[in-house]
Amino acid sequence: MKFQPVIGLEVHAQLKTGSKIFCGCSTTFGSEPNSQTCPVCLGLPGALPVLNKKVVEFAIKAGLATNCTIAHHSVFARKNYFYPDLPKGYQISQFEDPICRKGWLDIQLEGQGPKRIGITRIHMEEDAGKLVHGDVPGLENGSGVDLNRACTPLLEIVSEPDLRSSDEAVAYLKQLHRIVTWLGICDGNMEEGSFRCDANVSVMPVGSDTLGTRAEIKNVNSFKFVKQAIEYEIQRQIDLIEDGDSVVQETRLFDPNSGATRSMRSKEEAHDYRYFPDPDLVPLVIDADWVQRAQKALPELPEHRQQRFITEMGLSEYDAEVLTASHELADYFEECVAFHHNAKAVSNWLMGEVTRALNDSGTAIAACPVIPRQLSELIKLIDSGAISGKIAKTVFEEMWKNGGDPKSIVEKQGLAQVSDSGAIEAIIDEIIAANAAQVEEFRGGKEKVFGFFVGQVMKASKGKANPAVVNELLLAKLKG
Amino acid sequence: MDIFELTIHELHRKLNARELSSAEATRAMLERIESVEPRVGSFITRTPESALAEAAAADRRIASGDAHILTGIPLALKDIFLTEGIRTTCGSRMLHNFIPPYSATAWERLRDCGSVLLGKLNQDEFAMGSSNESSAFGVTRNPWDTARIPGGSSGGSAAAIAARQATATLGTDTGGSIRQPSSHCGCVGLKPTYGRVSRYGVIAFASSLDQVGPITRDVTDCAIMLGAVAGYDSKDSTSVNTPVPDYTAALTGDIKGLRIGLPKEYYIDGLDRDVQAAMDRAIETYRRLGAEFVDISLPHTDYAVATYYLIATAEASSNLARYDGVRFGHRSEQAEGLIDMMTKSRSEGFGAEVKRRIMLGTYALSSGYYDAYYVKAQKVRTLIMGDFTRAFENVDAILTPVAPTPAFKIGEMVDDPLQMYLSDIFTIPVNLAGTCAMSVPAGFSASGLPIGLQLIGKPFGEETILRAGHAFEQATEWHTRKAEI
Repeated sequence: MKFQPVIGLEVHAQLKTGSKIFCGCSTTFGSEPNSQTCPVCLGLPGALPVLNKKVVEFAIKAGLATNCTIAHHSVFARKNYFYPDLPKGYQISQFEDPICRKGWLDIQLEGQGPKRIGITRIHMEEDAGKLVHGDVPGLENGSGVDLNRACTPLLEIVSEPDLRSSDEAVAYLKQLHRIVTWLGICDGNMEEGSFRCDANVSVMPVGSDTLGTRAEIKNVNSFKFVKQAIEYEIQRQIDLIEDGDSVVQETRLFDPNSGATRSMRSKEEAHDYRYFPDPDLVPLVIDADWVQRAQKALPELPEHRQQRFITEMGLSEYDAEVLTASHELADYFEECVAFHHNAKAVSNWLMGEVTRALNDSGTAIAACPVIPRQLSELIKLIDSGAISGKIAKTVFEEMWKNGGDPKSIVEKQGLAQVSDSGAIEAIIDEIIAANAAQVEEFRGGKEKVFGFFVGQVMKASKGKANPAVVNELLLAKLKG
Repeated sequence: MDIFELTIHELHRKLNARELSSAEATRAMLERIESVEPRVGSFITRTPESALAEAAAADRRIASGDAHILTGIPLALKDIFLTEGIRTTCGSRMLHNFIPPYSATAWERLRDCGSVLLGKLNQDEFAMGSSNESSAFGVTRNPWDTARIPGGSSGGSAAAIAARQATATLGTDTGGSIRQPSSHCGCVGLKPTYGRVSRYGVIAFASSLDQVGPITRDVTDCAIMLGAVAGYDSKDSTSVNTPVPDYTAALTGDIKGLRIGLPKEYYIDGLDRDVQAAMDRAIETYRRLGAEFVDISLPHTDYAVATYYLIATAEASSNLARYDGVRFGHRSEQAEGLIDMMTKSRSEGFGAEVKRRIMLGTYALSSGYYDAYYVKAQKVRTLIMGDFTRAFENVDAILTPVAPTPAFKIGEMVDDPLQMYLSDIFTIPVNLAGTCAMSVPAGFSASGLPIGLQLIGKPFGEETILRAGHAFEQATEWHTRKAEI
């Protein structure tokens, strides 16, 4: 029997609001434990939550960017359960009336047409704190509670079970990641848990329309692990069914070391969260005007920009996608093109030299030492024949290291391309004179030797000779 | 007259005229507390040293000519208000060792006025109860008859006024917890409109019902206290941003043409004879003052108690989840492991009534029962609100008894919680509707126990009920009688 996986993702995106969702405490990552807390996020008796308006604005942005309907009236609910890192004994979240509903995203897999993935809902909620085990200050081999993260704002973005493979799941996740970072509402840092996902996975026989029992894999925090976890889980479920066993509904954890998922808790132990509207927070009312203003303020979205790069700038699908991976990269690209209209060359440089240098030094594009105007000028020098592509790489390296405009670097270091036929002729004559044997070979019909001569001439000119001129003159001389 | 007998406005006059200093007044109050406390038991925590320091500061402020009417006035607070650096227990063993790092907004506002804090008053544990018998710190006794309960849950706040242990106090009212003990102790007690006073720093029982209000000797003091604590607070999302009127200016004494509704559902057979008689006399008094009476109906009154005990317990079960022994408050020393620690801490920390309500609320919210209980209760709550909205289309205020009987005996209802719940039958609908109401002394039972009347106002109609209460007070002498203690 052949099986068809059915996958739905719940993504948690931590919002870059600066302060927490229900109080004014900072959300900076990695501070001294419990240094970013107040009575509200500590859940002290008598403390009351006050909603951070910026969280709402970010949620509206996310909703609009994923084609959701923004609810005029939404409600915060309490999700009740006991855990030491949950100070109030409940998490404030949204349940029956979330802020965004019924959206979608298009994903594109290589060699396939676009596929539309439904988004069930997006809601706002607070994060819990975290437990620290082991040697905690003041406690030997004990457990401590750090509530710096408590009350940090999250968006939970829930997809429809529309995904049918691990590749689709990763494509969807990447697309969503691109959108939230693009909008500037989430830093997308998966290692620090700013963007993490739970995957609901089930399998059913191909052709069936009855969903199988699903397992939920919790808190996977890299694209690679998502793919591994889903693939492992699909195979595990298929193996179970084929062995005559059945899949149990449960929560599972993915272990990156073994590449396997393992049971965390079964449905029988599942909580009854006893959701009910939080009486400390009045219903959130968003008027049409607010939504309209948010819509107007929305930047051009990555998908649209990607399309524009293809149609207006003549880039390939692949190049356009890479260049719209982030807002900053796309902006950089467009700025370059504005200075020098050679989109393809700019694209090649960005995806080649620039990306390599950024990666090697761990620099973000926004902090790139070579600014767009300078990169454009460099490309202009190539296009005008002033320097060769090879020399340009040397110039770029110098710009990256020590700054400066490409033109002045070329002048200062004497890197300008030599197109003067007199000077090149002189070099060629020398080379021909010095390599009589090879000349004989060429004339005897061994045309391969031509490359040897080109190489020698370029070497002698320290790479500065214009290759076109070299070719032309060399051919004429050798055929003599 | 003894200093401890004075009202806020009387004491303020003397302080302002330098006939008396706040230090003297505070000392007199502390001595009074000392002498009657063994018989009343209104306080959980007394703060004589800081009180004297605050009184000295108040005297300096008065001398500088920058005094508020509350400057130098000795007050006490129900132990549900957080007071920075001063133990706040909420009447519970769970918080027997809790010293809050911040203060409730209501108390901060009084403190900013320069008032003096004498201490923290006894209450039913987590404000759950109508008798003050469920406090982990022992019962408070009714100063009019120490064999009887003072009412609850702000029983300590009302008893302290009746026993002249504070000039004024603050309580909280979730289902009648200010009005019922005020009625039982012969005080004036006001539950403001929901959202009128900030709940920030007030330990939550049922968030959608709780409201802070004053308990005082007379209506004028009540208006003064309300004026000081009312108003928008950015730290409480449910607080309402409407201007605070000058409540004392509303006390004109003139209520001619005031239309007062008498809901037929509140004047039922079986109402205590003394209570009924007091109500009859009150109606007579109001007629004489020029008020008009209108028969009205609040048809969903019968469902109020059941609705209340679903909503209040549901919210309480969630609000009290934070008392888990992890970060503050009582932690069991017997426990092994996390779950055991939480379970034992809660088992040891909470009293029987609180446990009963947590269980009830947890049940009402649990899956499978949520729609049948919680959602249904919210729907009935909407109907009850509608009752009041319709009634207030025709009347300016509603007059009812506060409690079906005068104060009952200590221990009398401890084993019958359902019967006890019914003692809030006339006050609960007001909390469900979110509107305001006040208890005003309106007579005594044959055995000499105080009886209060309840004036219910429109949302943000505090001025009207204060005016009506004040006019009644001017025409009667009930509020001037003193408990012999």
